[in-house]
Amino acid sequence: MMTRASTDAAPEAGYNFAYLDEQTKRMIRRAILKAIAIPGYQVPFASREMPMPYGWGTGGVQVTASILGGDDILKVIDQGSDDTTNAVSIRKFFERTAGIRTTTHTREATVIQTRHRIPEETLQEGQVIVYQVPIPEPLRFLEPRETETRKLHALAEYGLMHVKLYEDIARHGHIATTYAYPVEVAGRYIMDPSPTPKFDNPKMHRMAALQLFGAGREKRIYAVPPYTEVRSLDFEDHPFHIQTFKDPCAICAATGVYLDEVIMDDRGGRMFVCSDSDFCEERRACGHRGSMLAEAPAALTGGNTHA
Amino acid sequence: MLNDLSQAPLLSVRNLTKHYGERLGCADVSFDIYEGEVLAVVGESGSGKSTLLGLLATELEASAGSVRYRMRDGVTRDMASLTEAERRLLLRTDWGFVRQDSTQGLRMSVSAGGNIGERLMAVGARHYGKIRGQALDWLERVEIDRGRIDDIPKAFSGGMRQRLQIARNLVTHPRLVFMDEPTSGLDVSVQARLLDLIRSLVSELGLAVIIVTHDLAVARLLSHRIMVMKGGRVIEAGLTDRVLDDPHAPYTQLLVSSVLAA
Repeated sequence: MMTRASTDAAPEAGYNFAYLDEQTKRMIRRAILKAIAIPGYQVPFASREMPMPYGWGTGGVQVTASILGGDDILKVIDQGSDDTTNAVSIRKFFERTAGIRTTTHTREATVIQTRHRIPEETLQEGQVIVYQVPIPEPLRFLEPRETETRKLHALAEYGLMHVKLYEDIARHGHIATTYAYPVEVAGRYIMDPSPTPKFDNPKMHRMAALQLFGAGREKRIYAVPPYTEVRSLDFEDHPFHIQTFKDPCAICAATGVYLDEVIMDDRGGRMFVCSDSDFCEERRACGHRGSMLAEAPAALTGGNTHA
Repeated sequence: MLNDLSQAPLLSVRNLTKHYGERLGCADVSFDIYEGEVLAVVGESGSGKSTLLGLLATELEASAGSVRYRMRDGVTRDMASLTEAERRLLLRTDWGFVRQDSTQGLRMSVSAGGNIGERLMAVGARHYGKIRGQALDWLERVEIDRGRIDDIPKAFSGGMRQRLQIARNLVTHPRLVFMDEPTSGLDVSVQARLLDLIRSLVSELGLAVIIVTHDLAVARLLSHRIMVMKGGRVIEAGLTDRVLDDPHAPYTQLLVSSVLAA
């Protein structure tokens, strides 16, 4: 698997490069430029119908389509994995409509479209990570009126966000928000980092790569330029913490990474493995062995599943 | 308990007028209010009381006239000249608004503590323990059991909700509080306790209060001065006892005589 050479066939006939027409891409690029100029600010854009349902990454796909060039190498992950349905179908979509190279290696990719994770491997300058965003408005469940949330952003009235965190502590004794954990970008806008686990929030802080966020149904694009301050909200006496895991990955023995629970059987058997499948594979290729590697099903240890 | 009258008024209203298209909301209302003073606005339904309160609280835009407020720095400013950001800051720090319908004045799905803490967090409080400490303190001051701090207002009785609204508003030590029929819909014994509470908080904190009510007994108990409205106009104004005991305008006489033993 790994890198797939430029598709043998030319891109599907009858479609423009990367599916969207050039005028649409221009419109989206203008929104992206504005978003980069105002870090964390949600820029409205004329989201198009895409050949996939809302909630499957229509926003991310439009952003990716608008920034792809013929030389780009695309990686697509869903929950950290390169081989889940969403990731496979989006990768195929761009192979067919743009004829570009795709990869599963984080280091090799120039554009990474993601749903719900940031790769474990530190992203570099020149890379772009595109997040699929279901609900871009961090204040949505506190204030239902769009007119009012816009005003709150404009005036930087963010007390409400802390009311949510206050409620968490009052109910659970700690801040129980574990994903889509709100962040403050460049000391100004409060932003929803998309439903990534809060484990990934520190990676956004001063990241070398450009971060773009696309919400197709909600018609918003926002961005965090490279090396921008991204601070997770918290209280002085309840500081922000990321999740920690008791044991290392069961098949590659990695520590300090985000793990997924995998149910093994109906008798309580389970294992915790890296959610970043590429990271896990590379470690195993380097000879790292987790405690349950022998028992792990082939679907986890990667047989020939990326076709 | 009127304060030093040589100081400029806290709020100064001149010729305030509001038209809803052809209809008149209120016309030509002028008055001053000083710190520590309670002004009652009374009148029957449709007399323009709520319109007036909406204008004062900058929720409605006036057709004519001015509202001027003496800010904490001592400078009196025209409310219409404030920027949106200044106006909203004022509303959540120096002013309070206790509403008739508690579901509009509270966040019904946020705990009592969160409701009280919201204004503190809005002005930058970021220490959970201190915010909670203040919330507990205020619950006690409005006579709500401290143990209810994590309950949501949906689980509160009508009287408790009104007291929670008061705590939520007073936590930032505002100087001017608007109250829109705060006791209506409560049974008489609960009403009496709430009025008692409001009266002691007002004198303790030196608040200026503008209270809209159709209940002359409430006006009698709480206010120093009273304005009687009819058809959008102020028809009589003066010290509460004078107006209620010796009403001059025929309509006020009617109003006073229609109440049993007010």
